[in-house]
Amino acid sequence: MIKEIILMNGYGPYVWSAFFFTLMSFTSLYLLTKLQLLKEQKRYINKFGSLSKAKIAIVREQKINKEILLNTIITKI
Amino acid sequence: MLNFFSPSKVFEISSKSTKYVFFLFIIVLTIGLTEALFLSPEDYKQSHSVRIMYVHVPAAWMALGIFSIIAFLSISTFVFKNKNFFLISKSLAPSGFIFNIIALVTGSIWGKPTWGTWWAWDARITSMLILALFYFMYILSWRIINNKNNAIKISSLIAIVGAINIPIIKFSVNWWNTLHQGPSLKIMSDTTIHSSMLIPLGIMTAAFALFSLLIFLMKFNTEMIRIKNKGLDRL
Repeated sequence: MIKEIILMNGYGPYVWSAFFFTLMSFTSLYLLTKLQLLKEQKRYINKFGSLSKAKIAIVREQKINKEILLNTIITKI
Repeated sequence: MLNFFSPSKVFEISSKSTKYVFFLFIIVLTIGLTEALFLSPEDYKQSHSVRIMYVHVPAAWMALGIFSIIAFLSISTFVFKNKNFFLISKSLAPSGFIFNIIALVTGSIWGKPTWGTWWAWDARITSMLILALFYFMYILSWRIINNKNNAIKISSLIAIVGAINIPIIKFSVNWWNTLHQGPSLKIMSDTTIHSSMLIPLGIMTAAFALFSLLIFLMKFNTEMIRIKNKGLDRL
């Protein structure tokens, strides 16, 4: 039964390699995108941390900045 | 209506929905893979090699669909003079490119047992390769052009010129004698695929669409934070 699933009448190497390539491509793109996102979030937090109180108040007025700060702290998937 | 595409609005949605899309994608992909690899029947002519269809066809559909959206948004950038569209297009491009590569590679793997060759300069395959080159040029234009306005113009132009290739890909199997088979799924007439194969194909297409959405959301968030990082520098 297991041998049958792996070999697939001799088409196994073609079928499995096609699915393997697809899943590897998905994983690579996901990890690369996640890495870029984390890098930008880290840069944002570092820059935000070095701001004066007055500048922090200005930044916090913008809705997007609030969202970024909230998500940078919460999102760790 | 155009306000819906404002960066702050899209960011609000994208930052909240990423994790839900991720979990939904994993669930749908697991069901799709189980159906495609184990539960769907083998073909009477192609035997088990038909299972490659479940990754090859959705990848090709997604690559074509995403490029069409990018081209439409690029035209809209010029027509409405709305520069918010470029962020959406730019965030869609990486997943479209990966789907194009998957379609080409899995098509090549499928070609070996079916046609006896890994590659043929057939109209459908060649036009898909040209689409991959347009995706590559689109992504490259964002990497090498530093001036934002120039990058928007040039990348939009690449997408609009590349859109000419979309109907060529779609109708290549009708216009020329090709090794590639004709369409089995037709909108205007009855489909020639049995439901036992059509359902897994639909589930895998849904999984691929969710993956594309996931990458889009993450990429959009990255681009938005990058813009805000530049904003912090100017403070």
